[in-house]
Amino acid sequence: MIHATELFDAGVYDVQGHYVGRVRELCIVPAERSNRIARVVIARGKYQPLVARHEQLSSAAPGVVRLTVNELQLEPYHPNEGWLSVRKDLLDQQIIDIHGRKVVRVNDLDLVEFPVNSHTELRVAQVDVGLGGALRRLFKGVVAPTWLRMVQKRLPTRVIPWEFVDVIETDPLRRVKLKLPQSKLRELHPADIADIIEELAPAEREAVIETLDDTTAAGALGEMKEELQVRILEGLDKERVADILEQMPPDEAVDVLADLSAQTAAAVLQDMNRQEASELAELLRFEGNTAGGLMTPELVTCPDTGSVAEALETLRRSAVPLETLDTVYLTNAARMLTGAVPLGRLLLTPPGGALVGLRTEQLVFVDTHTQEKEVMELFDKYNLRSLPVVDAEQKLVGVITVDDVVHRLWQRQG
Amino acid sequence: MATARVRAWLAPLTAQRRRLRLWRRQVVIFLAVIGPGLITSNVDNDAGGIYTYSLAGAQFGYLLLWTLIPMTLILYVTEEMAARMGVFTGKGLSDLIREEFGFRVTFFLMLGVLAVALGNILAEFAGVAASLELFGVNRYLSVPGAALLVWWLVVRGTAQSVEKIFLAICVFYLAYVFSALLAEPDWVTAAYHTVWPTLEWRSNYLLLLLALVGSTIAPWQHFYLQSAVVEKGIPRERYWETRADVLVGSITCMVIVFFIIVCCAATLHLAGRHNIHSAAEAAEALRPLAGPYASALFALGLLNASLFAASILPLSTAFVICEGLGVEAGVDKSFREAPIFYWLYTALIAVGAGLILLPGTPLVRIMVLSQVVNSFLLPVVLIFMLRLVNRSDLMGEWRNSPGFNLVAWGTVVLMILLTLILIYLGLTGADVSLSGPPG
Repeated sequence: MIHATELFDAGVYDVQGHYVGRVRELCIVPAERSNRIARVVIARGKYQPLVARHEQLSSAAPGVVRLTVNELQLEPYHPNEGWLSVRKDLLDQQIIDIHGRKVVRVNDLDLVEFPVNSHTELRVAQVDVGLGGALRRLFKGVVAPTWLRMVQKRLPTRVIPWEFVDVIETDPLRRVKLKLPQSKLRELHPADIADIIEELAPAEREAVIETLDDTTAAGALGEMKEELQVRILEGLDKERVADILEQMPPDEAVDVLADLSAQTAAAVLQDMNRQEASELAELLRFEGNTAGGLMTPELVTCPDTGSVAEALETLRRSAVPLETLDTVYLTNAARMLTGAVPLGRLLLTPPGGALVGLRTEQLVFVDTHTQEKEVMELFDKYNLRSLPVVDAEQKLVGVITVDDVVHRLWQRQG
Repeated sequence: MATARVRAWLAPLTAQRRRLRLWRRQVVIFLAVIGPGLITSNVDNDAGGIYTYSLAGAQFGYLLLWTLIPMTLILYVTEEMAARMGVFTGKGLSDLIREEFGFRVTFFLMLGVLAVALGNILAEFAGVAASLELFGVNRYLSVPGAALLVWWLVVRGTAQSVEKIFLAICVFYLAYVFSALLAEPDWVTAAYHTVWPTLEWRSNYLLLLLALVGSTIAPWQHFYLQSAVVEKGIPRERYWETRADVLVGSITCMVIVFFIIVCCAATLHLAGRHNIHSAAEAAEALRPLAGPYASALFALGLLNASLFAASILPLSTAFVICEGLGVEAGVDKSFREAPIFYWLYTALIAVGAGLILLPGTPLVRIMVLSQVVNSFLLPVVLIFMLRLVNRSDLMGEWRNSPGFNLVAWGTVVLMILLTLILIYLGLTGADVSLSGPPG
């Protein structure tokens, strides 16, 4: 194992043992291989810097790098946006530690030597974010590397394996050129992604959102505070915002939409598919702090004349998200709410049973204008997990689920 | 077709709902935005500050008033730079320094910040000791008590709500305004010296001059302000509000300094008390207003200022240093998540309070000298800020204007020159101390 810091400014010698220059930069070319040091930039004072390719490296030790070729075979250095530079892009910068689910700052990079045919490949093994890397940076060039290594052995190590590292690149053009591997953030819970994004600066937040797919981005945004949601979305492309909002539950999406500026909201609605847009526009009618503003229109209804088998079939075919799936609502021919059947009861009854007999003894519901506070009181009083919402004609229009209420309560507290 | 219809729905449907939300949000944001600049400036008038201003008035009368107008300008320019960087990069100052200048540079800068902050924390606890001694409370009782209180407030996370109480009690500074008016100062002389600079090449004059700059334009406050701005997450469109906040804060700060100096000049200096050895002497400046209650009033004000700064300074310092070194920080983290942060924070308070308890510690001298040390670090921090704020890849079109660069670079050069002169005077055997006969 060798540390990147030990290689910087190391003397480079060619195959005949002649001195070539000093290591200025180590570059990874993610498009070729995401963990290999593919280029070594060699500074030569006032002369143009040279570049050694990975197959031209013979060995690397603290302070000494040897090449397999003659100096004359090295190419001159030209900056390349597609190269990820260790010193410039990684050291001292923030990265996302997928495993530890947080944002950390890079102190050093740990490389392993990998013999391939007649040369040595350097591969990035892990990122050092602990005291060891910090001391190495501090005392480099002042204290001999061997001494530093001795001290370091006694220190607790804090490293992140390279495969759990997400690099943050804020420039979209550069991101394309770099061809970074797909963000590993999506493997995390949306709430954890939201926490990570909150810790970043605005430009970095947008960069991270850009690397996520719509569904993951929607999930993460849903877990953020209102102001942060708005700040991030206002900075994104309108089409992209529309794509993300389509992936959100309608009740969340409409809250976000109401917070955006008028122009942005209109532009976003235009970019959405028509059905989603009309559904959202419908919800936008209600004030945020009423039952209408809290509810989602996604629910499962059955005619109250139906049987258990029919209800289960409807459930199977519905594309309703899981959190609203715990109750099937019964409506009459005029789409008026007549009852509610908990999922549990459906499962415990033979398929032939009539739905009417399974209704809860007491039907609790609110109309769209009911105030938020009253909704919360009902949830508390009747220990509800979901609460149907009807319009002025008693027609079922939506349902409020307990997660919305908890979210609102928590926001009120903060 | 579909497009037009969507638009037609949207306008009336959302109007009411949006108005309500917008109004609520605007009120909240306005209250939030008005904070950082004003708080920073008020924390700035801490124990060390009050003594420095008092001493400036007592020793030199109105002579040093001319420094206030340029200092207001410098304070605004430098604080605005920090706030602007906070809004447009979304990163703290030490974060930026680390990213652009690397680990080693950051480490040594943080070492300097730590040392200077410790001096200031020392001054805050000196303020606590001095103020409560006026009420007859022994410092061996008051200082550990205050240290525990401050530590507990922050660790319990209640510091932010208490901050508002401290800020409210800052109206105490008005006492100096009224006291100055009642003392019937020589306004003509005061006005003359406010606009006409008087330079004296004496060590104690220079020392006080540096202390004045160091206490009003303390380097730590730029770190604090930028972090506070980032923390509030002020959006770019509302940046002008922050700028207004910083301007109001700078002017408020300087108006208070003006009245403290005038008040002390009209009372202490006129009465021939050119040196301040104790809190009781400094309190005499408030006699025209409060009569026999002068020392009680002064003690309460000093106590508030000290506690206010003591509740912010160690926390902000620990945060800035951890941020720069890339270690977890913040009171929202648990002790296990951020051990270095909590140890550093605790150590700053413990050492700051502990040193005050050493027998024979000269409270007044510590309070003023800590401000002089501030002024040594100021140009260093300013150089880093200037390098950062002028980078187009960081700030884009929000880089410094030539005018801002002129003021800030001018300050850097001037501060280094003054420091060198002071060192020269010290080396050539001049008496570099606070006392000495006034001219």
